[in-house]
Amino acid sequence: MRIDAKGMHYRPLNKIIRDAIAAGEKEFELDNVGGQRYIGGGLNDSVKITINGTPGNDLGAFMNGPKIIINANAQDGIANTMNAGEIIVHGNVGDIIGYGMRGGKLYIKGDAGYRVGIHMKEYKKQVPVIIAGGTAGDFFGEYMAGGIMILLGMNGKSPLVGDYVGTGMHGGVMYIRGKVDPYHIGKEVNCLELNEEDVKLIGSYLKEYCEHFGFDLNEVMSGKFTKLVPLSHRPYGNLYVY
Amino acid sequence: MESQLPAEFIVNVDHERCRRCKRCMINCSFGAIEFKDKVAPNHRLCIACHRCATFCPESAITITENPLDYKYGYNWTPEIRKNILKQAESGGIILTGMGNPKPYPIYWDHMLIDACQVTNPSIDPLREPMELRTYLGAKPECLKFDGDSACLETEIAPQVKLDIPVVFAAMSYGAISLNAHKALAMAAKRMGTLMNTGEGGLHEDIASYASNIIVQVASGRFGVTSKYLNNSALVEIKIGQGAKPGIGGHLPGEKVGEDISKTRMIPVGTDALSPAPHHDIYSIEDLSQLIYAIKETTDYKKPVSVKIAAVHNVAAIASGIVRAGADIVMIDGFRGGTGAAPMVIRDHVGIPIELALAAVDERLRQEGIRNRASILVGGSIRQSADVVKAIALGADACVIGTASLIAMGCRVCQKCYTGNCAWGIATQKPELVRRLNPDIAADRLCNLLTAWGHEIQEVLGSLGINAIESLRGSRERLRGVGLPQETLDILGIKHAGIGQ
Repeated sequence: MRIDAKGMHYRPLNKIIRDAIAAGEKEFELDNVGGQRYIGGGLNDSVKITINGTPGNDLGAFMNGPKIIINANAQDGIANTMNAGEIIVHGNVGDIIGYGMRGGKLYIKGDAGYRVGIHMKEYKKQVPVIIAGGTAGDFFGEYMAGGIMILLGMNGKSPLVGDYVGTGMHGGVMYIRGKVDPYHIGKEVNCLELNEEDVKLIGSYLKEYCEHFGFDLNEVMSGKFTKLVPLSHRPYGNLYVY
Repeated sequence: MESQLPAEFIVNVDHERCRRCKRCMINCSFGAIEFKDKVAPNHRLCIACHRCATFCPESAITITENPLDYKYGYNWTPEIRKNILKQAESGGIILTGMGNPKPYPIYWDHMLIDACQVTNPSIDPLREPMELRTYLGAKPECLKFDGDSACLETEIAPQVKLDIPVVFAAMSYGAISLNAHKALAMAAKRMGTLMNTGEGGLHEDIASYASNIIVQVASGRFGVTSKYLNNSALVEIKIGQGAKPGIGGHLPGEKVGEDISKTRMIPVGTDALSPAPHHDIYSIEDLSQLIYAIKETTDYKKPVSVKIAAVHNVAAIASGIVRAGADIVMIDGFRGGTGAAPMVIRDHVGIPIELALAAVDERLRQEGIRNRASILVGGSIRQSADVVKAIALGADACVIGTASLIAMGCRVCQKCYTGNCAWGIATQKPELVRRLNPDIAADRLCNLLTAWGHEIQEVLGSLGINAIESLRGSRERLRGVGLPQETLDILGIKHAGIGQ
């Protein structure tokens, strides 16, 4: 189904999509998208949505299954509390992406804004993955409770990532391609070198990532990564007295 | 470091009457009773939960406050001295449970309700219809009907029906046990009201009670999925809690067992940390974004509530919440309960619900937007009279947490955070959870609401009105006693003795 979203409010646009899915539609192409919010929000079916234009905030909020491809930049709040599915952005993204994300994949070709992957968490087989090809702002992975975040820094910009990386982190793992100055990193975080298993793990996700955006996997993998993990699963365990 | 703290309570055992059955020892979940030829209490561990005394077949146990007197000091109270000793020994933040116990003014107890005499008739609720039903949700500005068919043309926002204007407060599975959650869900269904999951997700065993469940979305987003949001009567965004305004929550990893892990959707043994703010909400516009994300996900079929703690600027905040698109504003006063909160926050932050409610209702009326949202209030609603007074001040309905726990057996010992609740309520230990029979607890909750329902009907009858909705915001039916003019002005009521 092809929809011209020019000038359309998000409410009818999303309703058309929901109704069409209920009627059995599996594939959507949205043209002239310009800031409409909540596209893919709360959808539970494995549909494919291609977006031509810049979608608005909270794209894929509470989403549980669909695959969304954005052929442009995207804005704030992508994959908010997302449970499953895949979002591929051929551009940059805004702030607070992947907040409370619990499953699925979010692949970004370019840069990400502030507060990426805050309180991302995992549960058994549900392990969310965020990969950004460029740089990211402050509070990357703050309160991170699970999942995998990979930051590639391939646009040569500096610094690679802002301040307070992983502040309050108590689960999950981050891989940052390049050197992260210690003063950028939260006090709950431990910096490690990659082992063989790490290389295998990121290799499998990055292979998929490179296929989406036409990057050279060998070149991406040739960079030196820093692995960030929490020092404790209970960072505030000794704070209280009864 | 050896503790210098004296025991808080003394367990007195009448050894003449004691038949050495050890029931007290088995029942004490804090390890305060040992058996060495005879019952031997360890006073230091007693927290006065009354479990032993209640189950002693000979009534041989009494618990008294430790009569150890401190040199009198109005300023340096024994409690303050004990807290300093505790912190000098540990270096920790003092954690506590339940609501603020400090002797701040309780404004409910300074408000009196009107009644009919001679010139206007009262109503007998035993023989005449008396309606306690109310509906939560946004109400339209006006109703438009089609001229010919007289059919309603106005689109009505989703409404949730309450058969009694009392709903159970948000208490998460994690803070309280699954049996307590089951009891609340069963009672809510039977009484035509709602329970609230709190922020810990919805256990599959009570998912079938969806139409009587408020599902909460808090900053940790535990267990929040599109299915969770849709499997509900309404959705509540938790911004704040009366017992701990402005701070987050920590469910310690040792309480995150297999079942909690599944409901919260986090690994076993990890701390469940709820950050203080929602990191995607830094403004009213951001709040609106989340409200509509939820409305989109639930296809505009569920009312969305926003819960805040009563703080200084509560009226302006509530106005923003209503303008952001919330269908319900839930205000939690500073005496509201908690499973765990730093004492410094619980006892010193926030404002009383009576004043917050009056200020919010007044502000929304002034701005002409009171119809756009229902107001729910909680934070120490202790009795049916408090419900009546709250509704007369402008609330749509009240929320009870501690009162519902007491109905299930809680003795308000304030040790919820230890996970040792001897009554099977605020615990996850299977051997303790088993002590709370959900069917019996549900019966007790229903009895409480039934009793309150009758009492509210009696009061309405004496007021000469036959529907709870006729009382809403009718502050003329309240009078203050012993309150200064400024307080009366905020409450919008006259002092007792002033007629019309």
